Amino acid sequence: MDAKKLNTILDKYRREPSALLAILQDIQDEENYLPKDTIRQVAGELGVPLARIYALSTFFSSFSLEPRGKHICTVCMGTACHVRGAPRLVEHIEREFDVPAGQTTPDMQLTLETVNCVGACALGPLVILDGEYHGNMNPAKLDRVFRPLKKKE
Amino acid sequence: MTARVQTAADLEAYRKKVQAKGDSQRKTISVCAGTGCCAFGAMKLAAAFEQALSERKLQDQIQLRLTGCHGFCERGPLVVFHPEGLLYQRVKPDDVSEILDETIAKGVIIERLLYQDAQGQTYQKEDEVPFYKNQMRVLLAHNGLIDPTSIDDYIAVGGYRPLARVLNEMKPEEVCTTIKKSGLRGRGGGGFPAGVKWESCRAAPSQDGIRYIICNADEGDPGAFMDRSLMEGNPHSVIEGMIIGAWAIAHPGRPEGYVYIRHEYPLAVERLGIALQQARDMGFLGKNILGSGLGFDITINRGGGAFVCGESTALMTSIEGFVGEPRAKHIHTVESGLYDKPTNLNNVETWANVPLIIERGVEWYTSIGTGDVSDNPWGGSKGTKIFALVGKVNNTGLVEVPMGATLRHIIYDIGGGIPGGKKFKAVQTGGPSGGCLPESLLDLPVDFDKLTEVGSMMGSGGMIVMDESTCMVDLARYFINFLADESCGKCVTCREGLRQLGIIVKRICAGEGREEDIQLLSDLSQTVAEASLCALGNTAPNPLLSTLKYFREEYEEHVKEKKCRAKVCKALITFTVIEENCTGCLLCKKKCPSQAISGEKKKVHSIDQGKCIQCGVCNDVCKFNAIRVE
Ligand SMILES: Cc1cc2nc3c(=O)[nH]c(=O)nc-3n(C[C@H](O)[C@H](O)[C@H](O)COP(=O)(O)O)c2cc1C
Ligand code: SF4
Ligand code: SF4
Ligand code: SF4
Ligand code: FES
Ligand code: FES
Repeated sequence: MDAKKLNTILDKYRREPSALLAILQDIQDEENYLPKDTIRQVAGELGVPLARIYALSTFFSSFSLEPRGKHICTVCMGTACHVRGAPRLVEHIEREFDVPAGQTTPDMQLTLETVNCVGACALGPLVILDGEYHGNMNPAKLDRVFRPLKKKE
Repeated sequence: MTARVQTAADLEAYRKKVQAKGDSQRKTISVCAGTGCCAFGAMKLAAAFEQALSERKLQDQIQLRLTGCHGFCERGPLVVFHPEGLLYQRVKPDDVSEILDETIAKGVIIERLLYQDAQGQTYQKEDEVPFYKNQMRVLLAHNGLIDPTSIDDYIAVGGYRPLARVLNEMKPEEVCTTIKKSGLRGRGGGGFPAGVKWESCRAAPSQDGIRYIICNADEGDPGAFMDRSLMEGNPHSVIEGMIIGAWAIAHPGRPEGYVYIRHEYPLAVERLGIALQQARDMGFLGKNILGSGLGFDITINRGGGAFVCGESTALMTSIEGFVGEPRAKHIHTVESGLYDKPTNLNNVETWANVPLIIERGVEWYTSIGTGDVSDNPWGGSKGTKIFALVGKVNNTGLVEVPMGATLRHIIYDIGGGIPGGKKFKAVQTGGPSGGCLPESLLDLPVDFDKLTEVGSMMGSGGMIVMDESTCMVDLARYFINFLADESCGKCVTCREGLRQLGIIVKRICAGEGREEDIQLLSDLSQTVAEASLCALGNTAPNPLLSTLKYFREEYEEHVKEKKCRAKVCKALITFTVIEENCTGCLLCKKKCPSQAISGEKKKVHSIDQGKCIQCGVCNDVCKFNAIRVE
């Protein structure tokens, strides 16, 4: 992340170590993940140990220390979606794109993630592709959702 | 910028002004813009309405309003027409022209957009639909009416009047007493009486006068969205509750507010942020609020997707910028919480109850619910509770009922029963800390104490209905895995105990269970519950224990007969083609991901069991009911 952008984020939170979580969230929003060099800089600027940043970024599931793909697919694995068949959706996508949940395809096209409920349980099971919600999914319907992606390959 | 409202009289004058401006007889089209309806394309729909209204030059006669969640998300996008109260559901942008030209212009009802229940009956008015009619909506009353991004809308329906009353007429101690007498118990899970907590926090010594007032909006229960809807649909009610709390708990000290909100709720974060800024501009937050001398402001903190951060002490550590690990219970957070200062934490829904109690009085509030709280705040459960009714039920959505309503009333009268003619099996309440209740308990009145008695709990209000196609062993496995993942790892019993429980349940699901496993599960559960530090570990075995208690036969079948009656556990099921039904349409063969199906056009297909991976796709795509799962 370039220095100017990083400084804007740090200044927004007055370089307070207590705002670390928010700072990391802003960085991830910009970069899609937490680049190594950037978190090193954050540690230096705020005067907090790098280990604390690593602890935070591995503790919270929303952070990624690896670059994420061009497309991000999130499958809800909350209880409501589970009882309506969410596990089959994850397995289906894992198989179709040959990528285990939590990882990115080698060509950096797709990152497959899971989440514990996004609060749209009435629509479950739910898949979010690049911010767009698709409710009442089943493996057969998923193929339609992913068609635009498959074409580009 | 100076506050627009500086005294209670200013507020009343302002209210008159906004009420006069908003002509209640003016036709209004309310489009639900909550997370659920947005997922179904509500924003595109709203844009279509806007365009169509301007094309017809109707924008001055008819106002378009975007509201928060109405609760019936499953039928989204929802549109309600006021003042008539007509409800259209599953509305698409293509329907817009017809709606304006027929319904709005001529009053003609478009049948296909009306809600139709499972018996085929249609309903025109929102409040006649059984889903709504059987509820008691006081917290959610305004969700479908007001624009959550407009503080004027909130003020027009009486908003911030309770705050003005409290600041002008009530001493802080009196407010604490009122909340205690109301019997309001925490909606975040524990059911601790809010007034008692407020008093202890007020009484705790603070040298610099700082007391933290926190709203727990982490809503970690995976399968619940009550808090999300309140924040998206009526954010000012939560803010108003917190300001009243600041007065009651900390005045004349220095209260500071936080809302800790999960990052999976971007819309709620946005709406709450807008509402906070409006409250500041109006003078409800900031210095000398309504001339009372109270100074208070609220900061938003976003969580990072960790369930344990909903636990009070972990939440506070997380606000401080550290990994959210719970700490020992003997230090009370009301005395030493965030930054070691006295801290009062309440759930979103708890806060939203506060203005209502002030406005309508203790007598009204205690008339709703169960038990008697007149001299014991633990003596009953008062007020209403919002539940997220989801899973295998016809009407999924948010349901608000008086405490003490029965499960049957909620699932059948409001929820409309189980879809597809299937049989009810269980309802799970209390999220990952709760339990699964069988059919024999359907007449149980739902309140804090009754649910605990039967081995579940109220939790935050998730209510997941399951039918015969849900495997209870698989469900227990789901919760154990969830909790093992979310355990912060501080205690060995929680970290390792849950991992071991997970291994055993997984083995049972895989058909490799041993006879002694069932006993082992109970024994190990007890250790995890007793020897763990925080409530995550203490309650973690509940889903497992309740399924063992009420659905033991399913465990035994998995272990002894290697059978999964719900046909969920893959290792225990097979897929075969029913020859009489198969038309040879080739579809399953085309879709099977592991090339396990062979067959020619118009000839009966067959499945190679050696190749089949039990994905179930063939069963999904077959239009002729020709796949047998057993
Ligand atoms: C593991 C765990 C997760 C929790 N998650 C939440 C949550 O998401 N939201 C919430 O309000 N309370 C949650 N709680 C309960 C809080 O610790 C706390 O009791 C509550 O926020 C207090 O507010 P109340 O008294 O108004 O309910 C959780 C507790 C535990 C042990
Ligand atoms: S019980 Fe579990 S979640 Fe709670 S402190 Fe111990 S390890 Fe952490
Ligand atoms: S989809 Fe059904 S009907 Fe068609 S070939 Fe397969 S089993 Fe036969
Ligand atoms: S269950 Fe899946 S793998 Fe097995 S035959 Fe059907 S489609 Fe193929
Ligand atoms: S469980 Fe999937 S959105 Fe809530
Ligand atoms: S989001 Fe529209 S009804 Fe819930």
